[in-house]
Amino acid sequence: MKKVYGSATEALDGLLFDGMTIAAGGFGLCGIPELLIDAIRDAGTKNLTIASNNAGVDDFGLGVLLKTRQVKKMMSSYVGENAEFMRQYLSGELELEFNPQGTLAERMRAGGAGIPGFYTRTGVGTQIAEGKEHKEFGGETFILERGIMADLSIVKAWKADTTGNAIFRKTARNFNPPAAKCGKICVLEVEEIVEPGTLDPDHVHLPGIYVNRLIQGQHEKRIEQRTTRAA
Amino acid sequence: MAWDRNQMAARAAQELQDGMYVNLGIGIPTLVANYIPEGVTVTLQSENGMLGIGPFPTEENVDADLINAGKQTVTALPHTAYFDSAESFAMIRGGKINMAILGAMEVAENGDIANWMIPGKLVKGMGGAMDLVAGVERIVVVMDHTNKAGESKLLKACTLPLTAQGVVKRIITNLGVLDVVEGGLKIIECADGVSEDDIRNATEAAIVN
Repeated sequence: MKKVYGSATEALDGLLFDGMTIAAGGFGLCGIPELLIDAIRDAGTKNLTIASNNAGVDDFGLGVLLKTRQVKKMMSSYVGENAEFMRQYLSGELELEFNPQGTLAERMRAGGAGIPGFYTRTGVGTQIAEGKEHKEFGGETFILERGIMADLSIVKAWKADTTGNAIFRKTARNFNPPAAKCGKICVLEVEEIVEPGTLDPDHVHLPGIYVNRLIQGQHEKRIEQRTTRAA
Repeated sequence: MAWDRNQMAARAAQELQDGMYVNLGIGIPTLVANYIPEGVTVTLQSENGMLGIGPFPTEENVDADLINAGKQTVTALPHTAYFDSAESFAMIRGGKINMAILGAMEVAENGDIANWMIPGKLVKGMGGAMDLVAGVERIVVVMDHTNKAGESKLLKACTLPLTAQGVVKRIITNLGVLDVVEGGLKIIECADGVSEDDIRNATEAAIVN
């Protein structure tokens, strides 16, 4: 079965619909599926619910979908870098569900692993626990969090072979593997597609079974906080 | 007299023991990395998926794929390991990280901590703070003892929404070091030129002997 597509738009053909839930990889602007995000903007799909740790910045990453008002709801842990996000949220145009970062990652991992819920200590005694089932284990209190099962995963890796076996680079891995696993369909963008046999099977981070469609492209890889020391 | 930001960070660095895996929060906690004592090797964890954080890069070594949890560009060390976010929080939630040094807006005498939101003000989110305080073995808070109006930030009970209940073990402020113990806070150390009475006068939380 062919997994490699010619462009982000082609790779998303037939997958997008209004009101869908999308899980996106990335941390800040690091390792985000920038080509697929732009293609979703071009497609104009509306009322999206997006599970992503962050919401991009005003003109890059998921920020471009906020600008075009394509997003109904964000499920995130930190959204501080995006002024347009804040404006829409404070005016009530955008729903926001805050998730502790590790809870969000585990909700994706669990959802992708066929686990509909799990108990965690994170958030007990805080606003996050309100309305959630509490349960004692060994004298300690935990809350029930639900696995996320998205309609679509959009993720970014460094390299993949044509069967979708993928490797990530440094901290650009972040939310990409858990996000990739929790969608009914996963579309992966990479910097380079290689032939099977090129990647060491021992070094594959995301086995191709999780990847349905695959594209290669040029990435801007914008840096949010360029911090340097003197040479 | 009291400690400044760097002196607070230097004092917090004295908490580090050889071989520890440590997560440092944003702000003064980040400065702790500059004061790690001679002969002590600690591995810093960044919750975006890295163990073994190196110094900031030189201009020519900047790599968009290599950042810390504050989204700053960093470098790797010979023993660095990378992993995904689910794995990162598995080690946090699983109690593998020995210590987290974090900032706070308020701490209560029972160890409650509030450091993620002020109702009515811009809420950016908790990021990984709730997972860290719930999962890490020992939570050390570095914070100013009082707010700009001179009111204690070490309280009988937190007024802001909590990040976690009863997790803080030690508080390092500009006035000194306090531990959370049965019945309240215990003064462990006073900053240069600060007396125990100065700390008592600046603290709303119960001070026990």
